[in-house]
Amino acid sequence: MNFALLFEQLLNGLQFGVTLFLMAAGLTLVLGIMNFVNLAHGSLFMVGAYLALAAAQWTGSYVAGVVLGLVLTLVVGMLVEVIALRTLYDRDHLDQVLATFGLILFFNELVAILWGRAALFASAPAFLSGHIDLFTGSTYPKYRMAIIVVGLIVAVLLWYVVTRTRLGMLIRAGATNRTMVSALGVNIRLLYTVVFGVGAALAGLAGLLSGPIYNVQPGMGELVLIQVFVVIVIGGIGSIRGALVGAVIVGVVDTLGRAFLKPLLGTLISPPAAESAGPALASMLIYLLMAAVLFFRPQGLFPARGG
Amino acid sequence: MNSRLIGWILGIVILLALPPLMVALGQPYYVDLVRRIMILAIAAISLNLILGYGGLVSFGHAAYIGIGAYAVGILGFYGFFNGWLHLLVAIAASALVALAIGAVSIRTSGIYFIMITLAFTQMLYYLGISLEEYGGDDGMRLKTRSEFPLLDLNDPLTFYYVVLALMLLSIYLVSRIVNSRFGMAIRAAKSNEARALAIGFSPYPYRLAAFVIAGAMGGLAGALLVNHTNYLTPDFMHWTRSGEIMFMVILGGMATAAGPVAGAFAFLLVEDFLSAGAPLRFVREHWQLFLGPLLILSVLFFRRGLAGILAKRDE
Repeated sequence: MNFALLFEQLLNGLQFGVTLFLMAAGLTLVLGIMNFVNLAHGSLFMVGAYLALAAAQWTGSYVAGVVLGLVLTLVVGMLVEVIALRTLYDRDHLDQVLATFGLILFFNELVAILWGRAALFASAPAFLSGHIDLFTGSTYPKYRMAIIVVGLIVAVLLWYVVTRTRLGMLIRAGATNRTMVSALGVNIRLLYTVVFGVGAALAGLAGLLSGPIYNVQPGMGELVLIQVFVVIVIGGIGSIRGALVGAVIVGVVDTLGRAFLKPLLGTLISPPAAESAGPALASMLIYLLMAAVLFFRPQGLFPARGG
Repeated sequence: MNSRLIGWILGIVILLALPPLMVALGQPYYVDLVRRIMILAIAAISLNLILGYGGLVSFGHAAYIGIGAYAVGILGFYGFFNGWLHLLVAIAASALVALAIGAVSIRTSGIYFIMITLAFTQMLYYLGISLEEYGGDDGMRLKTRSEFPLLDLNDPLTFYYVVLALMLLSIYLVSRIVNSRFGMAIRAAKSNEARALAIGFSPYPYRLAAFVIAGAMGGLAGALLVNHTNYLTPDFMHWTRSGEIMFMVILGGMATAAGPVAGAFAFLLVEDFLSAGAPLRFVREHWQLFLGPLLILSVLFFRRGLAGILAKRDE
């Protein structure tokens, strides 16, 4: 295989990885701080994509669509937290799973009623269409490059907020021992709502960025959600750093597996056998990786202390 | 005679009498519906063993349904139609897969366990999609249903009574298991793991064994389900099915013998009513819009399930 192709697929993997990271960051904080399993995080991904698309069509501007989409997803997330999820924090995980499962059905159907079941086409804005030249001599889509840049900027911002600000201090303290944090006089309910809302907005950001690359359709968030679970299991619950590393690993492994496993197997076993075994193995790769990480490090690569 | 025994006898008599009654009334649809409900009840009964009695929140029970279904479908694809062989392979294969998934996931607990069982099931779902020989994404029609001597599954009533018998057998089996020494160990580990360790046994092998038994029974349900639909599809392993089976167990009442069956009936009858029987067209078309909030409300306000209501009346 040639180097230019490998490099391009690495970038694709990184782009997929930062999308996963945007989803995983919010979810891992919610898991770590509130000890809350939120299956509906994938619905927020979908809601973000739809709202941004609708807002962009309404205002006629991509940037306005993104900003409005983000703000609206933040509001939807906080509303869901206050109305439905808040009462579930002291329930066991089983109740949380079932209630958020119900939320997914609700959101999928609601989106289908509002925008129809067929996939919608979202296009990249004009200023991000086209390609840029890579040093390898090939070109790469501007839009995907922009996703990578946005994802990395968000990662740095999150790292700054979590490790260098008072809010971040509370978040880390909450992940370590939430009873103690609330005993020290911190309004933990407000903190929960804020963290949940920010997590929702990040999921929405991931969704609206993915719109022009994947299909915008009901249920689009669940497939990503389960991959995000793999990211969190690999990275460790409650850890932003773990989410970033896990997301990039999963993104790159999945993308490279899909691109190169079939030709690679073709050189080892007969091409017809590789034709069927390649895609099968490629789709299982990240789950096998997860199993391996669990076997050697059951708490993930970067567990949050005390979480 | 106690009221519980009366309830059992009544339930069984109703299920026995249902098919001839429905055929006489010209409503064979309900024979089909109840057969499907009972098949999924078998899956719920098996999940109850690990979820209700063992406290293992497995979000991947659809995996074993899928393995059982694929075992039957693939054997049929290569021309093996012997029903006993189908059942044997379906149960053995799903037990093996449960052993592999359980060995890794039971080492963890809590949120990790939920996410990992979900992720492995998703892996098998994608595997099913990528198996192009067996229909891939679209699935494939079975050449014929499993063939048993004397029993013809193509006869709706015969198939119905086979499923009923297997469901009752599953209930009996699980109740024998949970009341045995082995079952005591599983329940002890659920109520207090530290104490179980302190009195000198490690829960891990007991949990793993229960996980494998539950997986094997799930495989049985899958073998029946693929015969019921006569069609093999990766959708058997879709993660929403795991959620539905889990919900049946909770709705009926965890760690009770009749709970999963009652839950399966309640859940699937409500689903059938919303999607096919509701008077408003809008409800029928968008039934999930109503099912979702119903799930949330029942989790919030209906904590002990149907069995909880009955138990309260007994007291």
